[in-house]
Amino acid sequence: MEVPANKKIEMLETMILSRKFSDSLAELCRIERKIPGMMILSTGQEAVGSGVCAALEPEDVIITNHRSHNHLLAKGADPRELMAEIFCKKTGCNKGKSGTLHLAVPEVNAPCTTTVVGGTLPIAVGQAFAQQYKNEPRVTVCFFGDGAANEGSFHEALNLAALWQLPVIFGCENNLYAGAQRYEEHTRVQDMARRAEAYDMPGVTVDGNYAPEVYRAAREARQLALEGRGPTLIECKTYRCRGHGESDPQHYQPGDEIRAWQEKCPIPRLGDELVSLGVIPSERIKEMESLAEKIVENAVRFAEESPYPEPHEALEDVYV
Amino acid sequence: MQVMQKLGMGQAVNQALREEMRRDPRVFIAGEGVGVSIHVNPMFPTHGLLEEFGPGRVKDTPVSEAAIAGLAVGAAEAGLRPVVEIMFNPFFTLASDMIVNHAAKLRYLSGGKSTFPLVVRIKSGAGFGAGCQHSHNLEAWAAHCPGLKVVMPSTPADAKGLLKSSIRDGNPVIFIEHMGLYFAPMPVPEEEYLTPLGKADIKREGRNLTVVTWSGMLGVAMGAAEMLSREGIETEIVDLRTLAPLDKETILNSVAKTGRLIVLHEATRTGGFAGEIAAVVMEEGFKHLKAPLRRVTGPDIPVPASPPLEQFYIPDENDLVRAAKEIF
Repeated sequence: MEVPANKKIEMLETMILSRKFSDSLAELCRIERKIPGMMILSTGQEAVGSGVCAALEPEDVIITNHRSHNHLLAKGADPRELMAEIFCKKTGCNKGKSGTLHLAVPEVNAPCTTTVVGGTLPIAVGQAFAQQYKNEPRVTVCFFGDGAANEGSFHEALNLAALWQLPVIFGCENNLYAGAQRYEEHTRVQDMARRAEAYDMPGVTVDGNYAPEVYRAAREARQLALEGRGPTLIECKTYRCRGHGESDPQHYQPGDEIRAWQEKCPIPRLGDELVSLGVIPSERIKEMESLAEKIVENAVRFAEESPYPEPHEALEDVYV
Repeated sequence: MQVMQKLGMGQAVNQALREEMRRDPRVFIAGEGVGVSIHVNPMFPTHGLLEEFGPGRVKDTPVSEAAIAGLAVGAAEAGLRPVVEIMFNPFFTLASDMIVNHAAKLRYLSGGKSTFPLVVRIKSGAGFGAGCQHSHNLEAWAAHCPGLKVVMPSTPADAKGLLKSSIRDGNPVIFIEHMGLYFAPMPVPEEEYLTPLGKADIKREGRNLTVVTWSGMLGVAMGAAEMLSREGIETEIVDLRTLAPLDKETILNSVAKTGRLIVLHEATRTGGFAGEIAAVVMEEGFKHLKAPLRRVTGPDIPVPASPPLEQFYIPDENDLVRAAKEIF
């Protein structure tokens, strides 16, 4: 399958926006300490969310995890509302109830984000069941890491999705680390996608630092799901360039390993390709970068100027 | 005139499910053996539903409690009205991440944008010789989670009306059925009706002693009340029906009237829900108490399998009468 040029450009744009967003957050929480809570970033992994979400239609659903910023931006969430929520402000997309970790943006069909590792999978199965039950032509993607694939919920969700042939795509973002444990310290099988065989569903391993390859796999999986041919497990091999969270000193990640993966950064990789093939001029990338910078600056300003919620608002939104 | 039928609680639940599934195409049921079961018994809650509604709406699942609960969470947010079954109360632990961390919290985390209108039906109760991994009342765990509603009916008639309300509620509801009540037919109105969540019910009026109880212990309370009445103590029985939200008003009004309180439940004592009710009455109704309150509960042991040991575990009429006499 050829990846259309406009999709490649879209992926490059959302990756650049995500990176500016992450870089800004890294600075804000590390240097200025303006943001409460844990800060978990997707730096270096942008090809996964940007590739998958470019392959989706607006009506498709994503259920995402603690490393959600790139997924949500690529799905079209408003950067201002996300940033305000990350700052825990009243104007955030969840009125300050989520903070950075559990961002829910139902407006773009990202209705819940869960930080319980492995939590996204059974919920995505439920969403996909509803789509099948109502005979709706749309699919659900859930994102999870290599660590989550060792939770029991992974097994239960994949088995049920395969059994009922549900329109769900299991997007495993294998960033080589679960906490401080490198992949081979927590998992025996070399390619996580091989586990799909156990559920009799397609399993594909793709270069998770090359967005068009991620796009292609997701688009094909979406097509299968829409045809009633059930779920697919896509393993995107990528790398966690920063710590698990921003307070993680990464002492267990070898410096040359980090540098080697930084060389494979998904943004110049796609950007250079598009320029060298003459799809876009190099100035276009500069424009994308300065636009992303403006969007992020604007979002940070909005978040900083916004008020915190009133204390009594803590009591709201527990029940309907 | 109200036409009555005699149904066990399982049959009443069955009727509620049938009515709601006929009324609302968004309602589906799922769980282990909710369609084809290892038990073929018309007294059981999902008997015959597969035949009426077909395998599209009556979903037998693998033995996967986390996936069953997750199915409910995801499908509820996507606009369906799932009613899923956890076969026995101790298996709540296998489903608990999806219930406690997700069903209960995701609405709050979304700032009220996403909603999770789902029901988790759980079969519970001691008295079957099944041992502690099949018999363990965990309602206090569920009631400790803001975001959940917890319903525990004591009569088939209440079960029907409460389940229908639970299915129509916009929140996640944990609906716990005592299996001992499946086999004790009682009058149930044939007509359609809703019983509101969060409202306790006075099952017997009295002026000397309040007994607050729920689920399988209502029968014990009623039996003990007869025994106490013969000795001149008139017992008022408050059937809680819903633990969360808690109907404090009915409890406090009853204590204000009688001045004495016993809380009776089958679950174990330490950290049990009786402690919560005792605390509410101490904080908000202490001035009405003429004597110290009492808890009558299962002892702090796993529910034993051997019949004499299990009978020792389950609170009975004599335990309640003894506790009552201590405070007169």
